[in-house]
Amino acid sequence: MKLCKYIGLTIVLLVFGLTTACGSQADTHVIVAGSTSVQPYAELLAEEYKHLYPERAVNVQGGGSSAGIRAVESGIADIGMSSRSLTGSELDLWAVEIAKDALALITHPDNPVTHLTLEQVRGIYTGRITNWSMVGGDNAPIHRITREAGSGTRSAFEEMVMADELIDKRAVVLNSNGAIRQIVAGNSNAIGFISLGLVDYEGLEPVKALELEGVAPTQENVLAGEYNLYRPFLFVAAEEPLGDSPTRLFIDFVLSEDGQNLLKGEGLIPIFT
Amino acid sequence: MVKKIKENFSGIVFFALALSSVSALVLITVFIFVQGIPLIASAGLSNFFGMDWSPDRGMYGITPMIVGTASVTLGAAILGVPIGLCCSIFMAEFAPSWMKKVFRPAIQLLAGIPSVVYGFWGLTFIVPFISKYLGGLGLSILAASVVLAIMVLPTIISISEVSLIALPRQYKEGALALGMTHWQTIRSVQLPAAKSGIVAAVILGLGRAIGETMAVIMVLGNSPALPRSILDPVRTLTTNIGLEMGYASGEHRQALFATGIVLFAVIMILNITAQYITRKKVKK
Repeated sequence: MKLCKYIGLTIVLLVFGLTTACGSQADTHVIVAGSTSVQPYAELLAEEYKHLYPERAVNVQGGGSSAGIRAVESGIADIGMSSRSLTGSELDLWAVEIAKDALALITHPDNPVTHLTLEQVRGIYTGRITNWSMVGGDNAPIHRITREAGSGTRSAFEEMVMADELIDKRAVVLNSNGAIRQIVAGNSNAIGFISLGLVDYEGLEPVKALELEGVAPTQENVLAGEYNLYRPFLFVAAEEPLGDSPTRLFIDFVLSEDGQNLLKGEGLIPIFT
Repeated sequence: MVKKIKENFSGIVFFALALSSVSALVLITVFIFVQGIPLIASAGLSNFFGMDWSPDRGMYGITPMIVGTASVTLGAAILGVPIGLCCSIFMAEFAPSWMKKVFRPAIQLLAGIPSVVYGFWGLTFIVPFISKYLGGLGLSILAASVVLAIMVLPTIISISEVSLIALPRQYKEGALALGMTHWQTIRSVQLPAAKSGIVAAVILGLGRAIGETMAVIMVLGNSPALPRSILDPVRTLTTNIGLEMGYASGEHRQALFATGIVLFAVIMILNITAQYITRKKVKK
């Protein structure tokens, strides 16, 4: 009998401990999870938010767009970050665009090629164009780098550049903006695409953003509608957060002038001009 | 009475804790299979073992990844096994005891380096080196093989050294008494006698190479295509999962679990083989 008591007591304690631990976290923290492309910006926003309102805490995690959306669906996270548009059953969720992010094609600064047409980029990524001399550069092979299947950056690139053609499966696949940036910065024959905000990054070796159809990838050109290679950054929630819930307060801050200016300063394109 | 209850109680506690580790294995196995099997069934074997991995279009062919895993593991074996074996022979037979005192902890330390550090080192040192002297981007089978060869050394060295040391003294003494030189003794008596231990060491080492993810994801290039040379990028079964899990949903996610099933089967076969070989030796 005593044995049962022990076991019963342990179970009660465990259950009690777990529920209180989870409960207390959900009450005070806003948990944001998802796209690794949005994550660095969300972290900055969370930092600034905490600075302004020390009593409110925001916890930012990565995982990927789909993981973030799943986390919102299952109630693990309050806000999911997505760097791609919602599809299928995800459209039932509530979403708000917090900024736009342009994609820039980057090469090594020593590469003499400074601009490409969309057709040339397509040719490079399908494998029709294999040598830099075919697009006005040195006689050297082109090393293409792309993102992994399912990545928001890759789907945006496929949608806007590749049209209906497929990226050659021989292209090197890396799974973060940072990794692509590092390889391109170290090899004068490589080409890749990353978030515009990460092209000029203090403290890292430089890379060169290419002009596309004669238009440089800059915030101004995106706002003016000249540069069309961009995708939305979304905050997703299970349902529209109400008036003064912690989630709503954080989203309101992100959409406020302060929040938007912060994002603009980091190279994103704010939703209000 | 109280004492008896206490005795029983402690027995139950230990049993429960032991059970939890075994049930973790069962839980994980069941979970992978439940998640992965439906995809293999719905996509069909010819799709799943096809050549084309492109989840956006419902193509889940993992043959390039199987070839990738095989080629990287083979590369690691070609580079790592001779070095590891020679090192273990040296440690067991030639090294003076002060040198053993330095080498053994050093090799164990090698096993303690986190794989992400190996990967980072490979990315900043091996990859640019290959790119500079052999051409290409450097993200290649060769780069991954070099990194993995170093990572499997501790396993190969320590297990084969132990199996050499564990041989009965009489083998060596008898051979030397018959007039064999030291090298002849090692080559024709000790190595054949320790064969099963050495084979097990190699298999376990290669198991580690096959299962490694973080280090290879950084240096492999990850293209889901059949390689044409050792300077080509490939994707392994593990990196396929590690690379895409963050953004995968629906069928794509199931396909990654299905990749896990194949990986699971390969590793299981290797481990069972290694256990079988070592057990056979004990029986003899």
